[in-house]
Amino acid sequence: MTVPTPLDERFRAAAAAEGLLDVAYDVLEDTPVGTLLVGVTDHGVCRISYDPDPERELEELGRLHGPRVLRSARPVDRLRRELDEYFAGRRRHFDLEPDIRVVPEFNRRVLEELSRVDYGETTTYGALAAKSGSPHAARAVGTVMNRNPVPIVLPCHRVIGANGKLVGYGGGLDRKILLLRLEGAIL
Amino acid sequence: MTVAIPPFETFYERHREEVLAFLGRRLGRERAEDAFQETFLRALRAYHRLEHGEHLRSWILTIASRIVLDDYRRRRPTGEMPELTTTDERPAFEELAPLTDGLPQRERAAVVLRYGYGLSYDEIGAALGSTGSAARQAASAGVRRLRKEHA
Repeated sequence: MTVPTPLDERFRAAAAAEGLLDVAYDVLEDTPVGTLLVGVTDHGVCRISYDPDPERELEELGRLHGPRVLRSARPVDRLRRELDEYFAGRRRHFDLEPDIRVVPEFNRRVLEELSRVDYGETTTYGALAAKSGSPHAARAVGTVMNRNPVPIVLPCHRVIGANGKLVGYGGGLDRKILLLRLEGAIL
Repeated sequence: MTVAIPPFETFYERHREEVLAFLGRRLGRERAEDAFQETFLRALRAYHRLEHGEHLRSWILTIASRIVLDDYRRRRPTGEMPELTTTDERPAFEELAPLTDGLPQRERAAVVLRYGYGLSYDEIGAALGSTGSAARQAASAGVRRLRKEHA
């Protein structure tokens, strides 16, 4: 017996309203950077994923945050709105906090420094390493950027090579270019 | 090795249709919808305390059965209990699984394999890694326990 959509949605909303979820997630189709899977906890945004493979994503969210992972639109509304405003050029800073409690210590330190790189600006892997207290760890910082659980909100697209080259991006270079152009950081 | 607990979304997608059908047969469509939500909310409230991901199907059907009973109790304050066995085409093991959920693991396996699947005691013993006579003992201990619980 197929579960009617209103019944299905009512359950998903009730589950979130009762505060029973470790992670509420939704899939945002058709953003300027393609399809995104976004996840939130009570502590903030825990996941933004490009070209998501839902099965793998859910397994990982469950492993990191707890098994009560459910698609539910309402808890994601605020993030959806902030992303819309960002893509429309009307938002320069996200008010929603990133939830990076499960990220290892070194990565967290680097991501916290990353969060201070402003809209429209860029920094380098080496500079970010130095600010994080590990001046020789430029390469390790590159790995941290690659594993950033919440790209866009934590702006790893603003980190480039010392020679001005864009280097790489977890979501592919095209997206890095799109985001930096949107912010007016490059032409 | 124990089976990992799947993310709730996966568990919900896997069982929601069967749960709704199960509730629909017992409560009718309209009341089944409220019971459906309550079944999965109750599961969600306990989900993070599960120790492994085995028997999740019989677990959710057991929760659904309890909610059916609650519903009947509310509607029949005399305490009269409904007949839980159904007359539809569902195989015996599907009916047995939720009812035997409270039994110790070995007894439950023996009862379900014997009376649900119709295996011989020797086959059950082999399946459980013991002997036919041990399987017979486990099954009859399980049945005694069920009689006591459902008396």
